[in-house]
Amino acid sequence: MEWQAVIGLEIHAQLATRSKIFSGAATAYGAAPNTQACAVDLGLPGVLPVLNGEAVRMAVKFGLAIDAQITPRSVFARKNYFYPDLPKGYQISQYELPIVAHGSMEIELEDGTTKTIGIVRAHLEEDAGKSLHEDFHGLTGIDLNRAGTPLIEIVSGPEMHSAKEAVAYMKKIHALVRYLDICDGNMQEGSFRCDANVSVRPLGQEKLGTRAEIKNLNSFRFIERAINHEIARQIELIEGGGKVVQETRLYDAERDETRSMRSKEEAFDYRYFPDPDLLPVELDDKYIEWVRKSLPELPVAKRQRFIDQYGLTSRDATILTASRELADYFERVAKAPGSDAKLAANWVSGELLGALNREARELDQSPVTATMLGGLIARIVDNTISGKIAKEVFAAMWDGEGDCDAIINARGLKQITDSGSIEALIDGILAKNPQQLADYRAGKDKLFGFFVGQVMKASKGQANPAQLNDLLKKKLDS
Amino acid sequence: MTLEHTDVERIAHLARLQISGDEIPAYQNSLSAILALVGELKLADVGQVLPMAHPLDVAQRLRPDVVSEADQRDRFLAIAPHSEAGLYLVPKVIE
Repeated sequence: MEWQAVIGLEIHAQLATRSKIFSGAATAYGAAPNTQACAVDLGLPGVLPVLNGEAVRMAVKFGLAIDAQITPRSVFARKNYFYPDLPKGYQISQYELPIVAHGSMEIELEDGTTKTIGIVRAHLEEDAGKSLHEDFHGLTGIDLNRAGTPLIEIVSGPEMHSAKEAVAYMKKIHALVRYLDICDGNMQEGSFRCDANVSVRPLGQEKLGTRAEIKNLNSFRFIERAINHEIARQIELIEGGGKVVQETRLYDAERDETRSMRSKEEAFDYRYFPDPDLLPVELDDKYIEWVRKSLPELPVAKRQRFIDQYGLTSRDATILTASRELADYFERVAKAPGSDAKLAANWVSGELLGALNREARELDQSPVTATMLGGLIARIVDNTISGKIAKEVFAAMWDGEGDCDAIINARGLKQITDSGSIEALIDGILAKNPQQLADYRAGKDKLFGFFVGQVMKASKGQANPAQLNDLLKKKLDS
Repeated sequence: MTLEHTDVERIAHLARLQISGDEIPAYQNSLSAILALVGELKLADVGQVLPMAHPLDVAQRLRPDVVSEADQRDRFLAIAPHSEAGLYLVPKVIE
C-alpha cells in the first residue's frame, strides 16, 4: 500500500525581550542558576503577573509578517500540569483566543515549485525552567532562570507530507523571526525549537491517522531524521497489524530512533481556563498600524528587490536572502567603493559560503568582513588582480594576513597590465617552443590554449588574461 | 450528578492531593454539590451572551520591557527545603 505522511509543527520561539513576559527579571542566557528568577517566576504566594508590552509587540510583528489576523481581544489562560520546573502548577498560555490566527508561509520545494503552509495560530506563553537530572544525591536540580521567558508558539496546519517539507517550513520561520529581530534563533541554546506531530494514512484517504508527537527537536538535521524515522516506524507498525497510539515520543539522536515518553491516552487534562490574574489584551487598529510601520523589508520583498536592483538570478537571490545577516553582508559587499553587484553575489554565495561551510562557522565569525571582500572585488574590477589570483588573496585574508591591498603588495600579486611586459613574456615562450609554434601556424588551433597556459605560468598567474589573449592572438597570427 | 469513589480518587490524583480513604465520602458529597450548582447554571440560556474572560471590563495594561528585579537568589534558596549549587532540589520525576 502507498502511504502518505502528514506532519504539523509546533515551533517555540523565545522572544528577544530584555525582561520576562510577566516579571521584571532578566532573560539573558547563561547566567548562574536561579539568579534571574524572581518571586513572580517562582510563583510565590501573593505575586501578580504584569504583561511585557514588548512581547506583545513582537508577537504582533510576527502575525503581520505571516499575513495573519491579529486578534483584537486575546485572552491568557492557565494550562494546568505538574512538573517541578513549572513552579505555579500551571503555565500561562493562550487557548481559545490566541493573539495571532490564520496566517501562512510559502515554502520552496526541491523541484522548484512552491507550496503554502497554513499557520493556524501563534500564541504568547511563558517558558518553563530547566530540570537537571545529574546526580544530586538522587534528587533533581531545578534552575528557574528560563521560567517566564516569553515564547510564541507557532502552530502549523497538518499540511506537510515529508520531512524535507517540514524542514523547509521550519527554516523559513527561523529566517523570518531573525529578519523581524524578535528571536535570536539560537537552536543550541533552545531559543528556537519544535515539536512535530506525525501521522500516516493510506494515500488518497481523507481522514487523518493517529498521530504521535515528537518533542523538543532542536536542530534541522535531527528534525529531518526524527520525522523520517517516525514515518517509517508507523508504517511498519501498521503493516505488521499494529496500531499507532497517541503519545509523546522523544528523539534519541545517538541511536537515531524515537521512543515513547508517556502515553497521552490517560492524558493530560490541562483544564485550561482564563487566567483571572490577567485582563484581556486589547489591540486597536492604531496599535497594529504602529507595529506594521516597524516591519523591516521581509524576505520575499528583499529577494525581488535583489533581482530588480542588482540583476541577480532568482537562484542567487534566494541564497542571499536566506538570512537577514547574509543579505546585509551581500549588500555591504556590493556597495563597497569600486565593487560590482554580480561579482559580489558570486563571491558571497561561492567562496565565502564555501569557506564558512568548510569550517562550520556562522557568518558573524567570518574572518573576511564585507568591507574586506568588497575591497577585493574592487581590485578585480579595476584589473589589479585576476579572478584567479583573487582566490589566493581571499584565502590569505581568511587566514588573517590582512586586507586585500596589503596581501597583494606583500605577495607581489599585482596583475601585469603593461602590454610591453606581457609581449616580452609571449616572445620568450614563442622562442622556447618553435615546434608548437610551427604546428599552430600549420593549423593546430588547439595549441592556442597551450601558449596561454605557458605565458600565464611565466607571469606567475599575474598577466591580465584578456590582454594576454589579445596580444597572443596578434603575435601568433602576424 | 453524583461522583463515584473512583472519580474523587482521580481528581485528587490530577490535583496531586493525598487524601485518605475515609475522607473520600465527604469529598464525594461536597464536590457533587458543587457540580449540581454548575448543573443549574448550565440551564441558563447564554446563546446571546459573549463568553466572559474576566469580570472586570477593562483591558490589560502593558509594562515596559525593563529589567527591574535584582538577584535575590540566596533569600529564595534559604526558604526552599533543599538546595545545592544554586539549584532547588526536588524528588526525581524523570520517566
